Amino acid sequence: MSSTAHSPIALPRPTRTAKGSESGIWIALFAITMSFAAFTSALFIRQASTDWTHIAAPPILFASTAVLLLSSLLMELSRRKFDGKPTSRIKEGGKGLMFLAATLVFGFAFVGGQYLAWRKLATQGLYLATNPNSSFFYLLTGVHALHVLGGIAALAYLIAQLAARGSVRRNLLNGVVVYWHFMAALWLYLLVVICVRL
Amino acid sequence: MEEALKSQAHAHAPAEGFLRKYVFSLDHKVIGKQYYALALVAVFVGMVLSWLMRFHLVWPNAKIPGLELIAKTGAPGGIITPEYYLSLLTMHGTLMVFFVLTNAPFAGFGNYFLPIQIGAEDMAFPRFNMMSFWTTFIAFVVLLAAFFIPDGPPISGWTAYAPLSAIGKDAGPGLGWGQNLWVISIAIFCIGQLLGSLNFIATTLDLRAKGMTLMRMPISTWAWFITSCIGLLAFAVLLPACLLLLLDRMAGTSFFIPSGLVVSDRLQNHAGGSPLLWQHLFWFFGHPEVYIAILPAVGIVSHVLTNSLRKPLLSARVIIYSMMSIGFLSWMVWGHHMFVSGMNPFSSLLFSFPTLTITIPATIITLIWLGSLYGANIQINTASFFALGFISMFVSGGVSGFFLAQPSIDIYLHATYFVVGHFHMVMGVAAIFAIFSGTYFWFPKMTGRMMNETLGMLHFWITFVGTYCIFMPFHYLGLVGNVRRYASFVDDFMPALMPLHKFITIAALTTGAAQFIFFFNLIHSRFRGKQASANPWKGTSLEWSIPSPPPWNNFGGDHPVVYHDPYQYGLKGSTGDFVMQTSPEQILNE
Repeated sequence: MSSTAHSPIALPRPTRTAKGSESGIWIALFAITMSFAAFTSALFIRQASTDWTHIAAPPILFASTAVLLLSSLLMELSRRKFDGKPTSRIKEGGKGLMFLAATLVFGFAFVGGQYLAWRKLATQGLYLATNPNSSFFYLLTGVHALHVLGGIAALAYLIAQLAARGSVRRNLLNGVVVYWHFMAALWLYLLVVICVRL
Repeated sequence: MEEALKSQAHAHAPAEGFLRKYVFSLDHKVIGKQYYALALVAVFVGMVLSWLMRFHLVWPNAKIPGLELIAKTGAPGGIITPEYYLSLLTMHGTLMVFFVLTNAPFAGFGNYFLPIQIGAEDMAFPRFNMMSFWTTFIAFVVLLAAFFIPDGPPISGWTAYAPLSAIGKDAGPGLGWGQNLWVISIAIFCIGQLLGSLNFIATTLDLRAKGMTLMRMPISTWAWFITSCIGLLAFAVLLPACLLLLLDRMAGTSFFIPSGLVVSDRLQNHAGGSPLLWQHLFWFFGHPEVYIAILPAVGIVSHVLTNSLRKPLLSARVIIYSMMSIGFLSWMVWGHHMFVSGMNPFSSLLFSFPTLTITIPATIITLIWLGSLYGANIQINTASFFALGFISMFVSGGVSGFFLAQPSIDIYLHATYFVVGHFHMVMGVAAIFAIFSGTYFWFPKMTGRMMNETLGMLHFWITFVGTYCIFMPFHYLGLVGNVRRYASFVDDFMPALMPLHKFITIAALTTGAAQFIFFFNLIHSRFRGKQASANPWKGTSLEWSIPSPPPWNNFGGDHPVVYHDPYQYGLKGSTGDFVMQTSPEQILNE
């Protein structure tokens, strides 16, 4: 049996800083990655069937891709504009806020582009249940667009907070930035899948 | 940093008003209790369903008064039809796996105790936490709604195998809106669990108190943390699977429905889908789900047992590493549920190997528990008995896993009661024993009152003996080829086994009835139980350093500082044979 000496000991090392929203977003990205991995696995298994065909990706997808990448760039520029002082809150700053607003507009433009792509497919007689390729097209683009809309909602909240209160928690901005970049990267992956596999 | 900590920890003020305090509460303790209460309701419904099934198996023509009121077509005149038996089977499995085994040990106890055990004032995202419970609650209501629609609950089992689950009402009773409700319910449940898992991980990583290094976290906290990592990834796969199934059912896609399928004399308007795809997606979630149920149980039992033994386990660290190994390996074994699904035999071999490997960390954990019993001054109380009961169930149910892990043996046993016996013992009842152990152990902290030990012991012994009486014979039934999922064996199938089935049914009714002792104890003790002190079990972890029940902000606004590993038992501390994690006294040889 060990024994104890009743003298105070030195304080152990402190725990790390709470990161809040930013940690939450990083964790959520693992789940989103897993979901799209599941969709991809489903696609690989389903394409073994004899009714697997080919659909041409609507050209508007490439324009949407450019819009989304540009929005990601604007988001990054905005983050750097806010990156002045190492404080836990960021203050409303002219250009940073302007870039954020532009990102929001480009985000909406991307979702609009996806909608046009769906319309284009529909005019070709390709609907959700027409064939497995069209099913996966609508599924992958639709679920991704839903995630982008989630990002748009978060971005709108961030802008509204900045506009109304003049400041916002830095980890909220960081979380939204990370999420937005991830959506762009995920879209690039999906575009490759769509062009190569569908 | 202080500001950031404050913004996280004090994410909400003390609750005021009935709704904010008890219904839409942001307090992790209230949310934990809500999950626990939901699991209690679900386990009661699930237990009644199992009674109905057992009753029907041995007395298939008996009339059950009142049943026709709920199931007009499923039980006309109170007599259960074979199809309704399958509905009961589906709902029993779904309720127990999702709403009991996931809710109570993980979401219930985890919500209540994870923040306290790491010294946090609440979860990282209290609003998400509230949302995760109410999402789960909605999922529960949607699932139960299937009982009250004309279609009735689905008959496709808790695994909802396609194409049966994907076609629609042509395929049989309950497969129209009943199955739709099932899929929607499980999809909603996934969202709730994803929110919950995210919260657990962020809380563990970001909100630990000063000095609470990862290795100073109690084993229970580690178990909840590892489980939330598994849950985050597993439910992220089940959710897309449910979406695909819903699209097949409602939008006319063909992910899971093959070509040329004729059901009820009708050629189905689908082509090219893969029924095996559903099984792959489902079991890729489904096997990790087994560990979502059992790892928190392992954590709770290790935590309770160390306290009861009054000495540290042989190695808490090895238990933590073993739980991590189990969590890692859980992703590689899903195919062992599909040995008879028509997979390539070489694939079976590939899944068999990691399945057998996973028994190594499980055995290491068990041996550490058993080895730690040697020379221990074990405390006789209900919590420790249920913890020991858990080990017994875990071993008894686990041993049959060695047989099922081998494809050549599983092909014979797969569709029999052997499998039912195996998973009920190792996953179902074992986890339930851990829930009981956790309840008797933490009830004083959660309510400020002690549970009645005499009733507790009575409850333990009836449940322990009863469980063996129910589930051990299942293995023998399986060995002689008694198939599972059949609604009746009386007229044309194995009448010689009926006496054993009757014995099981009587044991199930008796053991189930004994649970009312627990319900009574729970409610009676809540209001009339002996007042509990802050640390009635002389525990060392942080939950025992605060009043029973804890104040709304857990530590009364203080920031606890942690000085020691979580299990400093069996030494000469200033207050007894233990030193609390928050005690600044120095321990030699720590």
